[in-house]
Amino acid sequence: MQQIPAASEPIVSLRDVKKSFGSLLVLDGVSFAVQRGEVLALIGRSGSGKSTALRCIDRFEKVDGGEIVVCGHRVDRPDVNLRALRQDVGIVFQSYNLFPHLTIEQNITLAPCAVKGVATAQAKDLARKVLAQVGLEEKLHAYPEQLSGGQQQRAAIARSLAMQPKVMLFDEVTSALDPELTAEVLKVIEQLAADGMTMVMVTHEMGFAKGIADRIVFMHRGKVHETGPASILTSPTTPELTQFVGTGNLKS
Amino acid sequence: MGGHLNINHLMFLGQGALWTIGLSLVALIGGGIVGFVIALARISPLKSVRIASAVYVQLIQGTPLLVILFLGYFGLAAIGLKVSPLAAAGASLTLYVAAYLGEIWRGCIQSVPKPQWEAAEGLALSRTQRMTKVILPQAIRIATPPTVGFMVQIIKNTSLASVVGFVELMRSGQIVNNSLFEPFAIYAIIAVTYFAMCYPLSLFSQRLEQRMGRGRSNLAPA
Repeated sequence: MQQIPAASEPIVSLRDVKKSFGSLLVLDGVSFAVQRGEVLALIGRSGSGKSTALRCIDRFEKVDGGEIVVCGHRVDRPDVNLRALRQDVGIVFQSYNLFPHLTIEQNITLAPCAVKGVATAQAKDLARKVLAQVGLEEKLHAYPEQLSGGQQQRAAIARSLAMQPKVMLFDEVTSALDPELTAEVLKVIEQLAADGMTMVMVTHEMGFAKGIADRIVFMHRGKVHETGPASILTSPTTPELTQFVGTGNLKS
Repeated sequence: MGGHLNINHLMFLGQGALWTIGLSLVALIGGGIVGFVIALARISPLKSVRIASAVYVQLIQGTPLLVILFLGYFGLAAIGLKVSPLAAAGASLTLYVAAYLGEIWRGCIQSVPKPQWEAAEGLALSRTQRMTKVILPQAIRIATPPTVGFMVQIIKNTSLASVVGFVELMRSGQIVNNSLFEPFAIYAIIAVTYFAMCYPLSLFSQRLEQRMGRGRSNLAPA
């Protein structure tokens, strides 16, 4: 019932999305779209609504108004097929959230086996393939607690990739990591971008956003305040973005 | 009768001890099964189920076990069900244990960090799959020490079943004492016997807790 979007049709589109937590208006009419193969970086201060916007795409938050379409799924509707949506969307979190009681291999094979009915042997091949993609083949049988933060995050990315999503969401995936570990995770994401993966990322790494993003969405007080190609980070037009990129967010 | 404590008395006490173990097992298995359902009901997506199970837990936790035992024994008889002391005590203890274990286990399930649920949701696992493959295996690790600790309470609380005529360790001691009139010696034997049943479990619980404590620091994200 769900057709593959035509080349012009965006993979993710938000139109006039509104969301409040209690009396606090977090998203005040947010609109943006992500085309196939595009990398979009959501930036902004803490509390600007960027993480909430990202979480709405995978319906971890229900919106109060507006329209969200993701890979043909009407995410804003109450009857959206969540399991179908989440097979199309991969999400990686700041705190990795690997399952501590399972090995890395089991973490990766769990969903393909349980959700897609992939045979165990096939799923294990898949696990090796995605781990190779993130440079962690040798950690197949390790438990998450035996890995460094950067390795855990790469394993979490591999786990997500194993579901072969059409779009990947990254929610501040390097915020818990030191610069060295951050670099190894960013390298993996860069490779994904080079392979043509459609991605939406919330990030505080301005240098990285500038290097990888096809488009920047700067959020301010629950609204899309400024948007454009990565070059807006070096030549912003609004005073808010000027101040934001000027306040030490451009990491050296 | 009178006389001295002899091997027959000890055999009788031993039989009582076996019934104590039997009743404890009935209470723990029955209460464990019902308690698991209660735990799941307490976090059900359906509000009515959550409320009903919460009311059940509050009612049981607010009633003395002794009263529940009387209600089980005389109450069932009053509505025309003739039940044996074993059945009445087993059923009452099951209801009692279920409320407490249900509440302990609910807490353990909910103490699995919320991001674990979200990660499982993000991978398109169904609610049942999230529960059985991600949450419960982690909750069981957390739940083991308090559950073993609670078992000790249950073994001791089965002594209350003596009031409905169930001849377990406590009741058998009373019976022996009625013929010997040596309360101190007999109740000392009974106390030691209860201790011998409970102490290994307490020790086991402590050891589990120590092992858990060590494991937990490893589980914290770097």
